[in-house]
Amino acid sequence: MATVTSKNAYGHSPAGEPVTGPQLVGGDGSSMKTLEEAPLVSGNLSFHDITEMVSVHTEKKTPAAWYAAFGVALAFLGVFGFTIAFLLFNGPGIWGLNNPVFWGLAIVNFVFWVGIGHAGTLISAVLFLFRQKWRTSINRAAEAMTLFAVACALVFPGIHIGRVWVAYWMFPVPNQMAMWPNFKSPLIWDVFAVSIYGTVSLLFWYVGLIPDLGTLRDRAVRQGRMLRAKIFGFLSLGWTGSNRHWRHYERAYLILAGLATPLVLSVHSVVSFDFATSLIPGWHTTIFPPYFVAGAIFSGFAMVVTLLVVARKVYDLKNLITIEHLEKMNIIILVTGSIVGFAYITEFFIAWYSGNEYERFAFINRATGPYWWAYWTMMSCNLIFPQLFWKKSFRRSIPIMFAISITTNIGMWFERFVITVTSLHRDFLPSSWDYYTPTFWDWSLFAGSFGLFFTLFLLFLRFVPMVAIAEVKGVLPQADPHFYGGHGDGHGDGHGHGDGHEHVEVTTPAAAEPAGPDPMQASATSL
Amino acid sequence: MALPLPKPIRNALEVRANEHVGLLAEFSDPGALHDAVVDLRKRGYTRLDTFSPFPIHGMDRAMGLPVSKLAFLVFGGALVGLFAGFLLQWWTSEVDYPINISNKPLFAVESSVPIMFELTILFSALTAIGGMLALNGLPKPYDPLFYSKRFDRVTDDAFFLHVGQADAEFERGKTVRDLFGLGALGVEFVNHSGATDLSQSGEPLDTDAPVLATPPHTGGQI
Repeated sequence: MATVTSKNAYGHSPAGEPVTGPQLVGGDGSSMKTLEEAPLVSGNLSFHDITEMVSVHTEKKTPAAWYAAFGVALAFLGVFGFTIAFLLFNGPGIWGLNNPVFWGLAIVNFVFWVGIGHAGTLISAVLFLFRQKWRTSINRAAEAMTLFAVACALVFPGIHIGRVWVAYWMFPVPNQMAMWPNFKSPLIWDVFAVSIYGTVSLLFWYVGLIPDLGTLRDRAVRQGRMLRAKIFGFLSLGWTGSNRHWRHYERAYLILAGLATPLVLSVHSVVSFDFATSLIPGWHTTIFPPYFVAGAIFSGFAMVVTLLVVARKVYDLKNLITIEHLEKMNIIILVTGSIVGFAYITEFFIAWYSGNEYERFAFINRATGPYWWAYWTMMSCNLIFPQLFWKKSFRRSIPIMFAISITTNIGMWFERFVITVTSLHRDFLPSSWDYYTPTFWDWSLFAGSFGLFFTLFLLFLRFVPMVAIAEVKGVLPQADPHFYGGHGDGHGDGHGHGDGHEHVEVTTPAAAEPAGPDPMQASATSL
Repeated sequence: MALPLPKPIRNALEVRANEHVGLLAEFSDPGALHDAVVDLRKRGYTRLDTFSPFPIHGMDRAMGLPVSKLAFLVFGGALVGLFAGFLLQWWTSEVDYPINISNKPLFAVESSVPIMFELTILFSALTAIGGMLALNGLPKPYDPLFYSKRFDRVTDDAFFLHVGQADAEFERGKTVRDLFGLGALGVEFVNHSGATDLSQSGEPLDTDAPVLATPPHTGGQI
């Protein structure tokens, strides 16, 4: 049987120097190399270093560059506000909508933003359930991005309904005729799905923030900034880091992750029902829910990469958000991009194979009709460009990943444009065919929504710890009590099972005991 | 376990262990803290709590804490949400304002599933957070531990162990020696009037040191 020297799953000995190629010793005494994971946090940081690196950006004097960026974001937010005011005064006639194309950029933008809003909860919930510990460095920023994207998305259903004074018809309250909304309508499902998604994401984000708000509180006390201490004291709810609290806290976090996982998959499915339950050729397909969800993850991760590539450089977080993290996100972009591309090809094939002439026309018209440019922008941005990520050096190249993250978001915006507009503009009656051209106000509303998004995101970067401090500390090798050695006492209790890291019993060949009776155990741990 | 008491009473005692009056010892790292807890429990201490910047793997077991009961609360919340979603849609379409469309059924479960699902998630999530806060007794703006000047590093890189004064084994001099013997970097006595650093023998280290009247950021609200 292999014997033990102290070892942690990250390839560092307790003293901190890296152990290169720790060796397992099999039953026959031969040594086997194990494959080491790259560390989740680079630079050999202490707990305090991490606190300092993240907290300082919320405490220091506001940098001039932040004001500059915030000014630009506010200008776009002003455009957003002005466009909405202009819309409310004049009605949706200011948009380029026409007779067959009743759904234009407002819907495209709504779906675009909801889609982007999927990455955060996917990273925080789904990757949490799969014990992907690398998520800890990026989940805070990704969840914030989700919240702000959902906020942008929720504006559009509120303003595109035409008669804004009856927006409350979307809520489950009776109207002036004592009638209820039609709960059989996917549009009402959508209101429930997106607003509940926003609510649960906000709560999930806040629960994750509580320990870090406690950190900011305690730092403020030490710095003697009492007003700040009181604000964060209020927000952190009196957090002390008690293990009796962590016990319930971790359970709540696990349950929320379990709840958010089906929720995040349901949201874009319900959004796709808006299209799929209609009878329009090009919309009426059963492939929509999974294809929308894959597209949402695809665009969301692209937005996370776009934002974090900039943020890690500006805020000097390269040791926390390492190139490994970015590479893993790029792999997800590659996978989901390929799923989306496969769905494009599948729906084209099924349109042909179905023998339904309307369905077939709708798809040939997409690719070769008046909107061919939108279709091929979508195809190249979503299916072709992400394939570059098959090459490792491209996955790890900042300029290439930044460019692809941008083209991905362009492509995903065009996907929604293609689905919405090209399916509508040539309907069943050729005499009513028309061409939809977005007007200035369509575009200013879209550009303005970026103002809202970036205003909120910049406020987040300025005032909130942008990396989950407590969670990152928890995945450091020195966070594990076993790291320090000297515990033989009475807790041979199944540690190392189910936490994603094998509890490997490692030795150097010199320290090996003579070949034990159990060669299977040693070889099993090496897997 | 020193006290052979029935489980409900032991659980109640655990809740009262949240009363943070007693000795607060700082340890150097999660490993030392873990070992100290294991050792103190062997000596019969029960009202222990540890404080750390992140949850420490294996600490629940070391402290003998059972798995959180939160999941049961959340299951209740889920059922309420599911039923609320059903009731909302059934009652509005079948009872309050029935509309006959092509003589189709007034209510159908199939088309009600999405909203029932969404409300299930919403109620569960609210219960999970509300239940977590309730079980933890949060928000709790005042805690005597905030008197300790060391303790503001608990959310940064410090690890603490608290032994409640109400513990049956608690005897100030002996407990201080126990804590130092286990490698405590420093021990303080914390109660509702302040925190005092103690020497190895359990005497106040610096009797002239001012004791803060109120934890600084609670604004005197006790």
